[in-house]
Amino acid sequence: MAIEVRIPTILRTHTGGNKTVEGSGATLGALVDDIDTQHPGIKGRLVTDEGKLHRFVNVYVNDEDVRFTGSLDTAVKDGDSVTILPAVAGG
Amino acid sequence: MARFNSLVESLGGTPLVGLPSLSPTSDVRLWAKLEDHNPTGSIKDRAAIAMIEAAEKDGRLRPGATVLEPTSGNTGISLAMVARQRGYKLICVMPENTSVERRQLLELYGAQIISSPAAGGSNEAVAVAKGLAAEHPDWVMLYQYGNPANAQAHYDGTGPEILTDLPTITHFVAGLGTTGTLMGVSRYLREHKPGVQVIAAEPRYGELVYGLRNIDEGFIPELYDPELLDSRFSVGPDDALHRTRQLVEREGIFAGISTGAILHAALGVADKEVAAGRKADIVFIVCDGGWKYLSTGAYAGSLEEGAAALDGQLWA
Repeated sequence: MAIEVRIPTILRTHTGGNKTVEGSGATLGALVDDIDTQHPGIKGRLVTDEGKLHRFVNVYVNDEDVRFTGSLDTAVKDGDSVTILPAVAGG
Repeated sequence: MARFNSLVESLGGTPLVGLPSLSPTSDVRLWAKLEDHNPTGSIKDRAAIAMIEAAEKDGRLRPGATVLEPTSGNTGISLAMVARQRGYKLICVMPENTSVERRQLLELYGAQIISSPAAGGSNEAVAVAKGLAAEHPDWVMLYQYGNPANAQAHYDGTGPEILTDLPTITHFVAGLGTTGTLMGVSRYLREHKPGVQVIAAEPRYGELVYGLRNIDEGFIPELYDPELLDSRFSVGPDDALHRTRQLVEREGIFAGISTGAILHAALGVADKEVAAGRKADIVFIVCDGGWKYLSTGAYAGSLEEGAAALDGQLWA
């Protein structure tokens, strides 16, 4: 078992074009670190130098926005589904 | 009182109806605020009328003026109706991947449509409209994403209506687009009934819509204040469509697809309340009826066929 991470089109240059990657970690931050070792550079696109999620990046664990659940400290576990999306306009 | 001097004056005062079949228990109940009962059939009438009247009041909008707005449809339809009543010209910038009914309605109301590319969705429509506004300083862009009158319409109308009809409300669930509904209702509820949880349901479209060239082209509406939300869920087309069909099959409510996304989030909240053994009265927004989306094919055939038909469409 692992945690599946869905990658938006715009970040697939880091994943060899793959739409999903797998990783592990107890928190979202640890999961991002793990994915970055497999796909170098992706962390820099998601997380700022200050260690916060980039303003225009939304991350969802099992469809819930992590900014309301602890951001990069959000707990994750095997079998969870993580979705990364750029912030776009609705309405 | 159900008599009005004009269609515009009949705005708001929409019914709040219970969902006896979809509510999980008699202690955890769902309530639908039927915003399709507004003058042009969507919740956007509230923001559109409020923005026009605010611009008239502050003198930005004068007789014969041209109004410009980026919109994926409902706001444009609402604005087009009011603009024609009051003698304004309306130009809508709309992504090309929106349903044909929306285009036909806009044209019927006399609006001019400028199409923006499908890739990039509403982001592109906003960018195109901002460019046009800069080229035509005499046009009035109401700009629903940043116009305080949008959220204010829900602070003044939607919020008080809900609290009056259901003083025992525990949760409010609505769609996140311009964020106007959630911001206005949340601000009202936090002042008048603190403790009500406010939950956003955000439509998750097909990949085409997220086709930005780089992350820095991302967009967050100026109205958005995350402090006014308790949680936010992303709902994909499969779940949204499943719930849209459940709503018509089990409760008789024929709603648009964004409403299915909101219902999905509301049912998720309801499950948690049942599991926690709490009582809950969960209000969610029915944004519009399903009529304008029939041509997408979403309502015909199996769920899989319907969901496939929505791929690449701006369905909310």
